[in-house]
Amino acid sequence: MSSRRSRSRRSSNSSRITEEQIVELVSKLQDLLPEARSRSSERVSASRVLQDTCNYIRDLQQEVDDLSERLADMLASTEMTSAQAAIIRSLLM
Amino acid sequence: MNRKNPLPNSNPNSPNSSMQALHFLQALARIARAAPKPAHSARTRQIRHAAYASMAHSSRSSRRTWSRALLHRLRQWQQQRPGRLLTVRRRVRIVTPITSRPEEPARAETLRQLVPGGRGMEYCNLLEETADYVQCLRAQVQLMQTLLDAFSS
Repeated sequence: MSSRRSRSRRSSNSSRITEEQIVELVSKLQDLLPEARSRSSERVSASRVLQDTCNYIRDLQQEVDDLSERLADMLASTEMTSAQAAIIRSLLM
Repeated sequence: MNRKNPLPNSNPNSPNSSMQALHFLQALARIARAAPKPAHSARTRQIRHAAYASMAHSSRSSRRTWSRALLHRLRQWQQQRPGRLLTVRRRVRIVTPITSRPEEPARAETLRQLVPGGRGMEYCNLLEETADYVQCLRAQVQLMQTLLDAFSS
């Protein structure tokens, strides 16, 4: 969708994407980070925010892997008991 | 039809998270019921697949580039031999990748690799998509942790 826009237009007059918008988006990313609570007032550099975000994404993806493994353990160790099936059913209602 | 979706707080009771949870629970129940019982590694793979699929199917993300790219990647996973992990780089280039502009921070390229579909995005979109992706990831982690806690108590 963005491949039709020419490069020259983007670099010469980026009026559609202002610097402020970028700053705002970066600050939104900063608020998502786990360290956001400790430094919510100060604005760190965009580069730092991106780096922290990359690390955070990697951590989260690793957690998904670990939790998948543990869920597989759980499913393997206990046959889906009727109680657990009832829990799932009630959550789906 | 270009509704700007304001970033909601990660409220586990919001409709977006509910869709995601519902999808994941259904998939998990299917995996649990499967007979004959698959190997542990296969089950882990299926669960992880279900996790990312439910992220991509949550109502907030279905309009996002990253969710479409993720679904595409998931289909590739399913078609490959078991044992391949997330690091397989074979991808179909649907959009001409935009090389990093000099004004972008250095880490933007790394971010492009982490966020599904990031290669083809402009910097501004990349930031938006990243925020959305992070929220979905976080919700998924919370969901899986909650399930583990609920079932182990």
